[in-house]
Amino acid sequence: MPADVFEPGIKSARLEPAAYETHFEDLHPPLDDHEALVAADRCYFCHDAPCITACPTDIDIPLFIRQIATGTPDAAAKTILTQNIMGGMCARVCPTETLCEEVCVREVAEGKPVLIGQLQRYATDHLQRQGTHPFVRSASTGKTVAVVGAGPAGLSCAHRLAMHGHDVVVMDAAPKPGGLNEYGIAAYKTPNQFAQAEVAWLLQIGGIEIRHETALGKDMTLAALREGFDAVFLATGLGGVNALGIDGDDKEGVTDAVDFIAELRQASDLAQVPIGRDVVVIGGGMTAVDAAVQAKLLGALNVTLVYRRGRDRMNASVFEQDLAASKGVRIVTHAVPTAMHGNGAVREIEFEYVDNQMRGTGQTLRLPADQIFRAIGQTLKGDDLPDLEGRKIKVASAGQTSLQGVWAGGDCASGGDDLTVTAVAEGRDAAEDMHNTLMGDDG
Amino acid sequence: MADLTSNFLGITSPNPFWLASAPPTDKEYNVRRAFEAGWGGVVWKTLGSEGPPVVNVNGPRYGAIYGADRRLLGLNNIELITDRDLYTNLEEIKRVKADYPDRAIIVSIMVPCEEGAWKAILPLVEETGADGIELNFGCPHGMSERGMGAAVGQVPEYIEMVTRWCKQYYSKPVIVKLTPNITDVRKPAAAAKAGGADAVSLINTINSITSVNLDTMSPEPSIDGKGSHGGYCGPAVKPIAMSMVSEIARNPETHGLPISGIGGITTWRDAAEFITLGCGNVQVCTAAMTYGFKIVQEMISGLSEWMDEKGHTSIDDFCGAAVPNVTDWQYLNLNYVAKAKIDQELCISCGRCFAACEDTSHQAIAMSNDRTFTVIDEECVACNLCVNVCPVEDCITMEAMRPGETDPRTGDVVQPEYANWTTHPNNPAAKAAE
Ligand SMILES: Cc1cc2nc3c(=O)[nH]c(=O)nc-3n(C[C@H](O)[C@H](O)[C@H](O)COP(=O)(O)OP(=O)(O)OC[C@H]3O[C@@H](n4cnc5c(N)ncnc54)[C@H](O)[C@@H]3O)c2cc1C
Ligand SMILES: Cc1cc2nc3c(=O)[nH]c(=O)nc-3n(C[C@H](O)[C@H](O)[C@H](O)COP(=O)(O)O)c2cc1C
Ligand code: SF4
Ligand code: SF4
Ligand code: SF4
Repeated sequence: MPADVFEPGIKSARLEPAAYETHFEDLHPPLDDHEALVAADRCYFCHDAPCITACPTDIDIPLFIRQIATGTPDAAAKTILTQNIMGGMCARVCPTETLCEEVCVREVAEGKPVLIGQLQRYATDHLQRQGTHPFVRSASTGKTVAVVGAGPAGLSCAHRLAMHGHDVVVMDAAPKPGGLNEYGIAAYKTPNQFAQAEVAWLLQIGGIEIRHETALGKDMTLAALREGFDAVFLATGLGGVNALGIDGDDKEGVTDAVDFIAELRQASDLAQVPIGRDVVVIGGGMTAVDAAVQAKLLGALNVTLVYRRGRDRMNASVFEQDLAASKGVRIVTHAVPTAMHGNGAVREIEFEYVDNQMRGTGQTLRLPADQIFRAIGQTLKGDDLPDLEGRKIKVASAGQTSLQGVWAGGDCASGGDDLTVTAVAEGRDAAEDMHNTLMGDDG
Repeated sequence: MADLTSNFLGITSPNPFWLASAPPTDKEYNVRRAFEAGWGGVVWKTLGSEGPPVVNVNGPRYGAIYGADRRLLGLNNIELITDRDLYTNLEEIKRVKADYPDRAIIVSIMVPCEEGAWKAILPLVEETGADGIELNFGCPHGMSERGMGAAVGQVPEYIEMVTRWCKQYYSKPVIVKLTPNITDVRKPAAAAKAGGADAVSLINTINSITSVNLDTMSPEPSIDGKGSHGGYCGPAVKPIAMSMVSEIARNPETHGLPISGIGGITTWRDAAEFITLGCGNVQVCTAAMTYGFKIVQEMISGLSEWMDEKGHTSIDDFCGAAVPNVTDWQYLNLNYVAKAKIDQELCISCGRCFAACEDTSHQAIAMSNDRTFTVIDEECVACNLCVNVCPVEDCITMEAMRPGETDPRTGDVVQPEYANWTTHPNNPAAKAAE
C-alpha cells in the first residue's frame, strides 16, 4: 500500500499507477460468444413479455434475445436500436435491476433474471464494431429543427428526426456531445471513450449538425430559435445543483458531486485527479453513489455516504448500494448535515440524526472530512422557458410544451424518471410527434 | 436488402415461411393472427368430407420430450383432422383469402380413397379462391385406422390414383404431403409425380410414443389409462425430414419436383438448410405451437441477414445449392484425412472428450496429471465424437491434413487425388480406375 493513501488533504496520485486501470475497468465485462448463447438460451420468449413493458423504450426483448440465440446478433441490434438508438449506452448504464430484469419471469420465479442488459450490450457492440449504420434517411422534407442539448434526449430526438428527412441542428453549451453520457455516468460503466464512439456512430445517419459551446440564454434566445426553425426541442437536462444551505457550505473542499465526476470523466490521466483522504458524500441517489464509489477507486481512504432517510428510501438501487459497500464505502442513514468546520479548508462535518419523519433527535455525529461532495439533486437552469410544472418544464405526453412549436424531453421535462433510457424514449417520442405535426402542416 | 418473396408453383407470398396444416391453421381466428404476425402463407388444417365431423379425444393430445431447462425438443400428438364443419371452414377460408390476397392459402384435404369423395369436395374448395390444395397422405394415427392419411401415403399406387383425380377435378396446384412412416420415401414421391402432382411436401409426423408413466403403466399422453402411438414432430425430427427431402431432391426420377420442406423448422437457419436441400419454401408447426406466431419475425430477419451476408438476392439463388453435395457413402473421398485438435486456450478440462474417446472410440486422447487433454494423432481416426460431446463450441476442431503429409496413424502419405470405395483395393467389387 503506498504511503500516500494516509496523507490528509486533497491529493492526486494516491495509488500506484497500475491500480487506476484495474479500478476503473468495465463494471460488467462484455459477454463472449459462448456466454451470450448460454445467457440467451434462458429466455422463454414470453408472450406479451413483462420485460418489454418495463423497458422505457419498449425494446422487443424476447425477439432480440432469440435473434442472438439464432446466431444473428446484428439483427438483434437492429431490433434494439429501432426502439432505442442509444441501446449501447443503455445496456451499460440502465439500472436493469429496477427495470427489465426486475420483472423478468425468471427473476420473479428463481431470483435469476435473464441477463437482458448484458445481452443488449453483446448485440449492439457486435453491430457497432462493424462501423456501419443500419438506418437510412427518408427523402428530405425541407423542414429544419433546432435541438437544444446533445444529451441522450436531444440526440435520440435528432436521430429520429433526421431519419424522417428533417434537417437538424443540435446546439450544446459543452465542448463535447453526449450530455451526462460524456460528463456524468460513472467511468467504470462506460470506459474506453464509449460515449463519443456512440455519438459518432449515431451521427452516421446524416442530416444532423452539432454546434458546440453554443448555449441557450447566452448565445441565442428561445424566441430566435422559434423564429429560425420549424420546431424546437429542449433537452438541456438539469444544469443546476441543489445547495445544502448550512454553515461552511462555501469552505474549500466542498464541491458538487457532478463537477467532481465531470472532472474525472474528462481526465486523460486518472492519477492526476485529486481526491481527499476522508471523503463525505451527501445524498442518496445515483450521483451520490457514483461519486462515493469513484472517490474510493481514486484512493480515498475513508468514504462515507450520508443520507437523511432510510436505505429503502434511497434513489440508488439496492444493487448500487451493494456495489458501494463492496468497494468499501460506508453508508450512514438518518443523518442531516448541520455544520462544516475548518479553517479555510473543511476539516470536519457535523450531522444530526433524525427519525423517519425527519425530526431531529438531538444526537449528533462528526466525521473527519477533507473533501465533501454535495449530491442532493440537480435542478433546472435557465429562464425564459415554457411553463413549468413543479421544477421542470411542463409537457404533455409526447413532449409538447406550453409554447407552440416547442417540445421538451429528458431530465429537464416533467414526468418520467431521470434516467438515460427515459431521456432516449422521450426524445424519440417527441420526434415522432414533431414529425407528425410538421408533416400535417403540409396538409 | 434481400428479397424474401417466395414463388412456389406460381403461388406468391411475401416470404417462404408457411404454417403447416395443424392447430395453428385450424380456423379463421388463428390464421388472421398468423398473417398479422407476418407469416407468408398457411396450409389450412386438414378438411374432411361433408357430414358430421370427426371427434377428437377429450383428454390430453400431446406428449413432449425436453432438453435441458425444459426446452421442448419433440412433440407428439394424437389429434385428428379438423373437427369443425366443412362449410364453416370453407366460408372462413374464402373470407380470409379475400382479406389477404398477398398471402398464400392452401387447403389440406383428407377424404376417403374413393373418386366420388374427391369429386365432391374439390369444387367446393376451388370455390373458396384458395391458392392450391395439399393432400394429407401423412397423418399416422387415428385417420390411418380408417384407411386414410398414412394408410394411403404408404401405398404409392393409391397416391398416384388420388393425385390424378385431384388434377382432374381441381384447376390449381396440387401438393402431395408425404408420410415419413415408410421405408423408402422416394417411392411415394415418384408416385405423386406420376399422378401429376405439382409438388410434394414433407414430412408429416412420425409414429411415436413419447413416454410411459411408470406408475400407471400407461403410455403418454394417457387417455383414461391407455395411450395410442401419436405423430412426432418438432426440432428432434429435423434430421429425418432433411434426409428424406434430400433423397427426393437428388433422385433422378423426382429431381426438380418442387418440394415444400416440413419437420422441426424452428429458426431461420433450419429454414435455410431445408431450402439448400431443394425446398422451394418451408412449413412450420411445432415451433409456432411452442413459441407463438411471433417467431416468424426472427425467421424473416435471420434469413434476410444471412442472404445479405452471402450476397443472395432471392430464395432461388440458393435453393437446392447443397443438393449436388449429397452423395452416396461409396463416393466419399477416402483420401481425405483429418485429425482432431484441442484448443488449449478454450478447453475447460471437463474430460468429456477423454471419456468418450477412451471408453467408446479409439483411445486417441491423452490426459495428463494436471488435466491437460491432447489428441494422439497416431490413434485419432477423426471420428468427430469428441467434437460432438465437448461442451465448448469450437474448442475441438477437425483439421484436414495436407496432401504430402504422412498420417501418423497409418504411416501413409496423404494423396492429393480423390479416391473412393468403388475403386478401393479392399472392396471385393472394386472396379479398376479407368
Ligand atoms: C452522476 C450521474 C450519474 C448517472 N448515472 C446514471 C446511470 O448509471 N444510469 C442512468 O440511466 N442514468 C444515470 N444518470 C441520469 C442520466 O444521466 C440522465 O437522466 C440523462 O443523461 C438525461 O439526459 P438529458 O438528455 O435529458 O440530459 P443531459 O444528459 O443532462 O444532457 C443535457 C445537455 O444539454 C446541454 N445544455 C444544458 N444547458 C444548455 C443550454 N442552456 N444551452 C445549450 N445546451 C445546454 C448540456 O451541456 C448537456 O449536454 C446519472 C446522472 C448523473 C448526474
Ligand atoms: C397437433 C398436430 C396436428 C396436426 N394435424 C395435421 C393435419 O391435420 N394435417 C396435416 O397434414 N398435418 C398435420 N400435422 C403435421 C404438421 O403439419 C407437420 O407436418 C408436422 O408437425 C411436422 O412439422 P413440425 O416439426 O414443424 O411440427 C399436425 C401436427 C400436429 C403437432
Ligand atoms: S421476461 Fe425474461 S424470460 Fe420472459 S421474455 Fe423477458 S427476458 Fe425472456
Ligand atoms: S393450452 Fe389452452 S386449451 Fe390446452 S389445456 Fe392449456 S388452457 Fe386448455
Ligand atoms: S471435452 Fe472439450 S472442454 Fe472438455 S476436456 Fe475435452 S476438449 Fe476440453
